[in-house]
Amino acid sequence: MATRHSMGGKIFVYVDHFKGKPLPASWEVVGAARKIAGENGMSVSALVLGQGVERIAQPAFQYGAGEVLLADDASLADYRPEPYAALISKLAKDSQPEAIFFPTSTRGRELAAMAAIDLDTGVIPDVIEIEHEGGKFTATRPIYAGKLLAKVTCSAKPALLTLRVRAFGKPDKDIGRSGDITKVSPALNEDQIATKVVDYAPTEGRVSLGDAAVIVSGGRGLSNNPSLQPPADITDEKQKEIWRAQQGFKMLGELAEVLGAAVGASRAAVDAGYIPYAHQVGQTGKVVSPDLYIACGISGAIQHLAGMRTAKVVVAINKDSDAPIFKLARFGVVGDLYEVIPALTKAFKERLHK
Amino acid sequence: MKIAVFVKQVPDSAAKVALENGVVSWGDAPLVINPWDEYAVEAALSLTEQHGGEVTAISLGDESAKEALKHALAMGCGHAILISDPALKGIDSAGVARVCAAAVQKLADIDVAVFGKQAIDSDTGLTAAMAARILGWPALTLVASIAQLDPAAKTIRVQRGIEEGRQIVEGKLPAVISIVKDFGEPRYPSFMGIRKASKAEIPSLTLAELGTQAPEAKITWPELISPPKRKVTNEMITGASADEIAANLADKIIAEGVL
Amino acid sequence: MDFQLSEEHRMVQKMVRDFAQSEVVPVIKEWDRKQEMAPFILPRMAELGILGINIPVRYGGQGFDYLALGLVCEELEAADSTLRVVMSVHMGLNSMALLQWATEEQKQKFLTPQAKGEKIGCFGLTEPGAGSDVAGMKGTAKKAGDEYVLNGEKMWISLATKAHHALVVMRTNPDVADSHEGLSAFILELDRKGVKTGDIHGKLGMRAGSTGWISMQDVRIPAANLLGQEGEGFKIAMSCLDNGRYTVAAGATGLIRASLDASVKYAHDRRAFNREIGQFQLVQQKIAYMVQQYEAARLLYLRAGWMKNMGQRNTRETSLAKWHATDASFDAANEAIQVHGAYGYSDEYDVERYLRNSRGAIIYEGTSEIHQLMQAGYALGYRKDAELRCELPAYDVEYWQAEK
Repeated sequence: MATRHSMGGKIFVYVDHFKGKPLPASWEVVGAARKIAGENGMSVSALVLGQGVERIAQPAFQYGAGEVLLADDASLADYRPEPYAALISKLAKDSQPEAIFFPTSTRGRELAAMAAIDLDTGVIPDVIEIEHEGGKFTATRPIYAGKLLAKVTCSAKPALLTLRVRAFGKPDKDIGRSGDITKVSPALNEDQIATKVVDYAPTEGRVSLGDAAVIVSGGRGLSNNPSLQPPADITDEKQKEIWRAQQGFKMLGELAEVLGAAVGASRAAVDAGYIPYAHQVGQTGKVVSPDLYIACGISGAIQHLAGMRTAKVVVAINKDSDAPIFKLARFGVVGDLYEVIPALTKAFKERLHK
Repeated sequence: MKIAVFVKQVPDSAAKVALENGVVSWGDAPLVINPWDEYAVEAALSLTEQHGGEVTAISLGDESAKEALKHALAMGCGHAILISDPALKGIDSAGVARVCAAAVQKLADIDVAVFGKQAIDSDTGLTAAMAARILGWPALTLVASIAQLDPAAKTIRVQRGIEEGRQIVEGKLPAVISIVKDFGEPRYPSFMGIRKASKAEIPSLTLAELGTQAPEAKITWPELISPPKRKVTNEMITGASADEIAANLADKIIAEGVL
Repeated sequence: MDFQLSEEHRMVQKMVRDFAQSEVVPVIKEWDRKQEMAPFILPRMAELGILGINIPVRYGGQGFDYLALGLVCEELEAADSTLRVVMSVHMGLNSMALLQWATEEQKQKFLTPQAKGEKIGCFGLTEPGAGSDVAGMKGTAKKAGDEYVLNGEKMWISLATKAHHALVVMRTNPDVADSHEGLSAFILELDRKGVKTGDIHGKLGMRAGSTGWISMQDVRIPAANLLGQEGEGFKIAMSCLDNGRYTVAAGATGLIRASLDASVKYAHDRRAFNREIGQFQLVQQKIAYMVQQYEAARLLYLRAGWMKNMGQRNTRETSLAKWHATDASFDAANEAIQVHGAYGYSDEYDVERYLRNSRGAIIYEGTSEIHQLMQAGYALGYRKDAELRCELPAYDVEYWQAEK
């Protein structure tokens, strides 16, 4: 039951959310879809799947969706790829959109992958630029950890694209905008689904690293504060070092709090046991694209740069003026981060009225 | 248990990758086993250590891909197979997934098909989920740990690493899983493993021998570009005291409009 | 003449390189500053099978050849010299001597646990008053019934405080005319009554290692612990050195490579006068010499290893390799510091550690001066190698890899 809103085709957007809380990246994708749709006489349909997620429709309209296809069902309460992909594919087969856009999240990528098989089409993952010409989508995406860019075309319809987080800019929000909600039923029954979500454990910490607009990141240099005295019951040298580094990360956390930032870490800091892997930025950690990346005590080894080189503004604070990170840094401070960071936290508190 | 693990041969992550006449070149940097796939092999081996059985490592590529397979053998995989065919040139992720699925079916009675999270050259991260879809098996991607596997009941319970935390999911076997770094550092090849691997004859199968054909690629890469050299003006912030440096820096950052 | 390493050799080399670079390099500086050996090193090398790399499987080893030992030593020392020292004393000087000279019972009792890494071996030849002058040693072993009683002190003994077994050479016959013939070799369990060991600190280099002394006061050992025959001690010691020196040569080659790699990296990273310093000819000259020294050192030790594989006497070739590589590694490290400028003078970078570590190898396992005398002796015909009663067995794949 496809509703034709315009002469052109449709762009579907999968609105990614977790337990009903939409990811900011989803709105970036709606915004990007709306822009391309506008340029090509197409319309945007937002796909909202879950349970108790009807309220996600409103911001979807406000960010630019013309219609929302809403599937609200117990079998969709917890995200599972099979029922979600099956439904997305069914909706696509029914409406024949030109493309389906997904945010490049853990869910978005695998749903695109699976829908591509159902729809016998292809996926262009993690794109940073999209062109639409002569009915075909061409997108630019990083390869070799961003060392090169590839312009990629999908020859089949619908073209499935996942959009890199923070690559398409903050979308405009029109509070007054609204649209039609079409309710759809899930494609699979519960007994047709071979997986069950048993439990969920949240990551310790605040802002999700992948989504963060601002990241304060720490490296091995964080343990370098000999004047910090560990409590007497810590006798092992390695444990003392870890304790010092953890105090250092607490200090970074205070700055992060003031800036509304996530805390990241270099591989060296993670491997040394200073902070869990969830915070690692780099080749085998998370690739991030924040607006502001503050690197503290991070030398800037090649694998770390691969994870944050697309940050808009890099600030580096390091004792070693030869640290490679300074080449990438818009602003650099050669100094002791144990002096600079508390001072910076204070300075920002004053200026941002926190 | 019968486990299949898929490995890819890629340029070393430290390689200076450049464009020469529109074609990717990595100079004389070595080709190595995709780092994520080492974690996948580790996961596969730890499963057979717990539950018995054997791991078969599979790679798509030309003769040089046998090195990645030898590494997998040296780590402890029981068998290795190379799928080599000129028709694989220009294949896209879905095509790779179809070939992987065909390999899984050819091996028969596979309980778990294991992939690394992504290949560090193409960085698509699609193959595992696509292969699962083609096989009609549950896709348990981004697995940080395998909490439980019951070979009799044919169930597997994993911890997945998602943005928001850890999701614990239970699925029926056979299943496709992809592995992330949280799983644990891959073991070194043992010396005995190295000896076995260097003596091993790795069979090479064509697509026809696999019982499949090269699927038509829907995704093409007509153009490669070097990323624009970002003109970063570097400015070192100085001052007489930490407070002065901090004040200067904070002002400059705010002026950039990134907060 | 095939200059290619086999696939097996390349894989072994890569595995040890990965271990050394990922597990040791990140922490070694701290241990060097502390002047202590990191406690995880020996158990980890044992666990990975490195401590038995070239010992036959039937004696608990990994069954690889002598070339593999050389390659392993090159990789270990490229991370830190103290890692290679473990192989020099545990394998080169001790375990390989057991392979060459020990009875079957001694092999089962001492070699097998060493190859498995369950026990650590070291070598006690040098004394406070006797280094180059081996025959001038004063430590004694007096036969008493079916025992020997050992008295004396050995010094500059790597792994003295970490090892379980020491291969010691002592004077059994003080009255013989030629003092070389009055020495005998013994396997000493270091937990025997009367044995004391201690560490020596304050060394210029090898600070992340363990160098110490062994004191023996009326230590009683069974006569079954005699290695070889009475009076063969000097010959046995010299044959031990053929193997110890080989590991030193291979290791020093790795050290040259480490200096070279560090210099190349720094030459690209560091800028002066508006260009990377690798563009300056005098920097290029230093790097060129490092390349030359590295490649020559490598070929020399590989040849020695190949000769060992073939069962050919290689005292001359191993001595040449050791002398060349150790002198060259000191020069390379010295020039590497110069390439790094002031940073080379700081322990923030590794090159100052390479220099301090390299200096020791010019002194031990035969000073460079001793090797010069040996080489001239061979060239002038004053020195000839006599056949030994027991030779280091040639590498035989089937024998080495069979379970029994």
